[in-house]
Amino acid sequence: MFHGLADATRRDIVERVLREEQSVSALARRYAMSFAAVQKHVAVLERAGLVSKTRRGREQLVRGNPDILRTVARLLESYEQIWRHRARAIDDILAEDDDPERT
Amino acid sequence: MAVISTNKDTEALTMTFVAEFGAPVKRVWQVWADPRQLERWWGPPTWPATFTEHEFTEGGRSAYFMTGPEGEKAAGWWRITTLDAPNRLEFEDGFADDDGNPVSAMPSTTSAITLEAIDSGTRMTSVTTFATLADLQKLSEMGMEEGMRSAMAQIDTLLAED
Repeated sequence: MFHGLADATRRDIVERVLREEQSVSALARRYAMSFAAVQKHVAVLERAGLVSKTRRGREQLVRGNPDILRTVARLLESYEQIWRHRARAIDDILAEDDDPERT
Repeated sequence: MAVISTNKDTEALTMTFVAEFGAPVKRVWQVWADPRQLERWWGPPTWPATFTEHEFTEGGRSAYFMTGPEGEKAAGWWRITTLDAPNRLEFEDGFADDDGNPVSAMPSTTSAITLEAIDSGTRMTSVTTFATLADLQKLSEMGMEEGMRSAMAQIDTLLAED
């Protein structure tokens, strides 16, 4: 099971490769961990569809997938709207307390 | 009522929503505790909820269904993981089949609700968390988005009345 973007390194990798395509070795130089560990993080992100990997010569290049991140933003936006409606409906219920005709 | 802030974190997969109400914390807690009040605001405008079970206690379960504009039904469940009356509530919210049994193949969300006393009444903070990105995508594929978009249109109408 994919653990979302709960891991800070994975979030950082996604941010970087969304801005610019990067090789796994360039990414590995940025973190205090082994090449293999970074490669593992990239593999997790790739399985989740957040990044895609292409091979160019000896290099593996990683690129972000903005479509998926847009989907996430859209879904979270939908939930925000739902909560706006809920807060308004709660307010209507609370307002009835002050209305003597409805007690 | 005032919506104080909202924050969508696309990386942590959370949506935080803060609103303030002009009623004491104990009163706002009742809209969660009393199923007859809860069902008046839980469902989207076009999908009102009916709670058939509401075991409002830590470890308790709730069962509800929402009725759509064409009379179609969508059932759901809660599992309450934390309850500290009248300030804190955490629960998991998922999909159920027509008999009210949880559908484990469907993603659930986690909600953490905090009620705090402020000078003007109560501040309510709700943090909705999606466990995985795969869950979010699944919700999207299920057409959840379509249903929500119609709810949003109705909300826009309400807001325009202000």
